[in-house]
Amino acid sequence: MPSAAGETIHPAPSATTLAARLLTKRFGARAALREVSFELRSGEAAGIIGPNGAGKTTLLSILAGVLAPDEGELTQTGGSVGWVPQQPALYSKLSAAENLRLFARLEKLADPEAAVARMLEQTALADRADEEVGRLSGGNRQRVNIAIGLLSEPSVLLLDEPSASLDPRQRERLWEFISALAQRGTTVVFSTHNVAEVERYANRVLLLADGELLFTGTPRELEQAVGGDPRDFEAALVDFLHQRGH
Amino acid sequence: MRWLLVKDLQILKRSPLLVGLLIVYPIAIALMIGFALSSPPGKPKVAFYDEVAPGQGTIRLGSQKINVAGYASDLLSSVDPIKVDSEAQAIAKVRDGAALAAVVIPSDLPQEIQSLITQGVGDPTVKLYLNTKDPIEKQFVDQAISSRLNQVEQDVSKQVLHVAVSDLQEVLDGGSVQILGQDVRLLGLRNARTIIQGTIASLPRSSPLRVALSQVNAFADLAIQGLGFASPVLGSIGTPLTVDETQLAGRTTPSDAYAAAIAVIVSLMFVTVLLAAGMLALERSENAYPRLVRGLVTPGRLLTEKIALAAGCATLVTLVMAAFVSLFVHLDWSRFELWVAALALGGLAFGALGVAIGGLAREVSAASLLAFLVSLPVAFVALVPADAVSGAVKTALDVVAFLFPFKAALEAVSNAFTGTSPGAGLPLVHLAVLAVVFGGLARVALLRFAAR
Repeated sequence: MPSAAGETIHPAPSATTLAARLLTKRFGARAALREVSFELRSGEAAGIIGPNGAGKTTLLSILAGVLAPDEGELTQTGGSVGWVPQQPALYSKLSAAENLRLFARLEKLADPEAAVARMLEQTALADRADEEVGRLSGGNRQRVNIAIGLLSEPSVLLLDEPSASLDPRQRERLWEFISALAQRGTTVVFSTHNVAEVERYANRVLLLADGELLFTGTPRELEQAVGGDPRDFEAALVDFLHQRGH
Repeated sequence: MRWLLVKDLQILKRSPLLVGLLIVYPIAIALMIGFALSSPPGKPKVAFYDEVAPGQGTIRLGSQKINVAGYASDLLSSVDPIKVDSEAQAIAKVRDGAALAAVVIPSDLPQEIQSLITQGVGDPTVKLYLNTKDPIEKQFVDQAISSRLNQVEQDVSKQVLHVAVSDLQEVLDGGSVQILGQDVRLLGLRNARTIIQGTIASLPRSSPLRVALSQVNAFADLAIQGLGFASPVLGSIGTPLTVDETQLAGRTTPSDAYAAAIAVIVSLMFVTVLLAAGMLALERSENAYPRLVRGLVTPGRLLTEKIALAAGCATLVTLVMAAFVSLFVHLDWSRFELWVAALALGGLAFGALGVAIGGLAREVSAASLLAFLVSLPVAFVALVPADAVSGAVKTALDVVAFLFPFKAALEAVSNAFTGTSPGAGLPLVHLAVLAVVFGGLARVALLRFAAR
């Protein structure tokens, strides 16, 4: 993870917060996930990567509890799981504060107003709090989207392609925010098509293809697995997929 | 659920155009329907061909003439006539839709009437061609012309009886009749009896003619008594019933209240179905549904909230509408609790139908379109008059009407407004069952709601 100075930081993971065992999901005859198993620890940032149709969103949906697996089991210890879907799940006619307040009340938080104020502060949206979400920029909408996922101060945060449709500046600010969360001990799991984001911000790679988990380890371990140029993570990823017949 | 309701009301408050359309559009439609149903129908266009030659439309009865052709033209008073020059043209007018019906007066109509009256043999017939394409208009034209034909028949009978009574009076009292252009004096039975009685008195007591003339006198007595009695009887048959018509500025009739009930239920249906379908589909369009149902709200509670929101808003709107309508049409305010119950249960049933539509359509625009596509025929099917279609079609329409809330809601609200039978109990139970059934269907539709 990069620090404020841009230096990559991979804090030492601690206790297991999320464990998936032999997760399988089928849509009709097609297997979207096949016996996927992994464990994630507190403060770990896991990037799910793979070609289109690999099963990234399906895996995140199962981890979020939106989809139920056909087989396998999921264990989550301590705290709650926050989920940030790919498309901002917000009411565009409500303001940022009203969206946060609604979900804080639905989550039955002890002090909804304090939670709203805290999230507006953390996402630097306090000055736009009363603006209708439909009038906010894509980046600010995504920040509100993430803020809702963080309302309950979850121990695990799941993000489905969080940087999609953001410009480079917004993307940079988003990753700063997510990195800070991981540094504070939140387990972060994100999916992305951007290989550079995984190399830069993840300390664990989950490589999926055709519903199968082909690799789990650090970005460096993936490069070593193919024996390629350690300075080119993307080339190593492509080689790895070729070697596995994808 | 409370916070979801608050959220939806906030969204509605910030969508004034949507709310305005949802309220104004159905009310405009409802008022138009109510106006159309409570306005008298216009005169139907009817092609008319009279084959009777000028001057040939008169029949002779005894000493008097009756103008039958004049009565035939009375048929036209209840229609908007299109005069044509042949029977073929009249039929063509019906076939090409220019006229709803055609009436043809055959050339032998006066002779047939005369033959029937004087000899008891004859078949006076007026030809009527009806356009069967539109069963409701066919029924309307058929009724308009048939009632006019009945009136003409009564008028002709009355005229014939008048002639018969007049001739009987001349047989009794004497007078003059025209025979071959000559005035011929009739003696009359009473005068004949006076002459006979005078003759008998002038004859010697032993005259054999006295017995014979006394028999003639007795017959004359009997005939005078019999015919004297027949005249007023025949006269009374000619006018069996008199209508004493008095026009009063009274209260409106139950049919006006029924039209008001239709207007209110059309509004209830559109507001509820569109709101429920749209607000549920909005949860998916805003991508909020998966976030809500992962532990924050169950799908069942979400559906209940949407149904309650739509039913609550629509009940409020239609209660205000009914109160406004009651300024012009008499609605029974003493049954106000039943108004609320009927509108609320109707709203719940329509709301459940709405969320089932919203669950199936999944997108706001598709849900709105589907809501309209379903609502219009549902209302139409329930409003088709029972005698406007054949038996099998009627049965099919009844089944469809039974499966949707419109008819039950209309019966419940109509009863609530006026207290007329049938009662509101069964329709209210029907609405409650439909609310549960459509709610169940909506729950099934939600299984694929989150899928892309």
